[in-house]
Amino acid sequence: MRQELNYLKETPSQTAGPYVHIGLAPGAAGFDIYRQELGWDIAGPNARGERIRVEGCVIDGMGSPIKDVLLEAWQANAEGIYAHPEHDGEVEEGFRGWGRVITDFDTGEWGFDTVKPGPVTNADGRVMAPHISLWIVARGINVGLQTRLYFEDEADANAADPVIGLIEWERRRQTLIARRSERDGKPVYRFDIKLQGQDETVFFDI
Amino acid sequence: MKPGPLYQRDRQWHPPALTPDYKTSVSRSPQYSMISLETTVSEITGPVFGHNDIDPIDKDLLSNYAKPGESPIGERIILHGRVLDENARPIPNTLVEIWQANAGGRYRHKKDTYLAPIDPNFGGCGRTISDADGYYHFRTVKPGAYPWRNWVNNWRPAHIHMSIFGTAFAQRLITQCYFEGDPLIAKCPIVNSIPDPQAVEQLTARLDLNATIPLDTIAYKFDIVVRGRRSILFENRPEGN
Repeated sequence: MRQELNYLKETPSQTAGPYVHIGLAPGAAGFDIYRQELGWDIAGPNARGERIRVEGCVIDGMGSPIKDVLLEAWQANAEGIYAHPEHDGEVEEGFRGWGRVITDFDTGEWGFDTVKPGPVTNADGRVMAPHISLWIVARGINVGLQTRLYFEDEADANAADPVIGLIEWERRRQTLIARRSERDGKPVYRFDIKLQGQDETVFFDI
Repeated sequence: MKPGPLYQRDRQWHPPALTPDYKTSVSRSPQYSMISLETTVSEITGPVFGHNDIDPIDKDLLSNYAKPGESPIGERIILHGRVLDENARPIPNTLVEIWQANAGGRYRHKKDTYLAPIDPNFGGCGRTISDADGYYHFRTVKPGAYPWRNWVNNWRPAHIHMSIFGTAFAQRLITQCYFEGDPLIAKCPIVNSIPDPQAVEQLTARLDLNATIPLDTIAYKFDIVVRGRRSILFENRPEGN
């Protein structure tokens, strides 16, 4: 009789459904219940670095913006340090690096304010270009989708990034690059996420 | 020995992206292959929450939206269990958030138009942080089944949506907890997006009489498992893979 390995299985995922806001953003569902909702201030008031805005849409296979999607963002600070005990280094007081993002229910547009992250050194010593990790859930998405946002104005770092380098096709690499413009003197990065089609965004099996 | 990358996610245990019987998945499922990425520091880290972020009442859905002296209508239940990883180690201090319909199957959401009434004493959301042993518990009412537009006549089994963080962004998980004995479980296209019947069993909470409060509240037990992490036993390739 062979021995048993006795690992547990990961709890299987199910869709977040159309009413995800009740649990994760009840104000958007239409009621006030918690002292504070979580994830609305990613960088906090003391974060160093360039203040930026990120905006976009998540677009379905019909070309329509998804209005009931919820995203979460996870990023390092401007020095490339994550607010997490397993990452060496200090972050600014109030910097969490995590945010929760919902859409305008009428248009599907979403956006958030943060600071631009710095390059991050991985455990293997290789440097990753500045990026924001995104996790996307909605009705019709059975397992949360994971992708990364990189910055247009970091072309050299992007070219050397080991994760972008895993993507064989230049056209697909471009789906991870947020386009920079300025509004009222503040940098705005546009990052549309396409779930299907020729320009389908790269998603990672992490 | 130090913790390393996460175990690979078993994509055959989870539902695939495209599950045509759940119609909304058809236009929302990526069609190209995902790019496989061994977890980097960006994915083995994740947000940390503390008791300053939430309040003790947040985990009590019987009282967190009820008027003083009143409580929501429905079967009073305790939902409890542990957050573990695939190595069966408890995950302490992790945020667990839930949301659900009321006992009549109606959500308190501006987009829900089902004719069952809103319960004035029930918000339908709760959150807590697991204790040092990974243990969590909520008090709520058992949600009702409700109809939804998929086929002409689909009914969701009673379920509570659950959101779990773990300690790493790549452990992030949303799922749904069902209740044993519900005949709608087997008929639901969302449940049946999961290919393995054993995996559906894992989403089915068990009646737990030992955890009930006699003459007061019945109990269901639901353990949550997030991805485990490899231990780095040999650093054969310290300069990168």
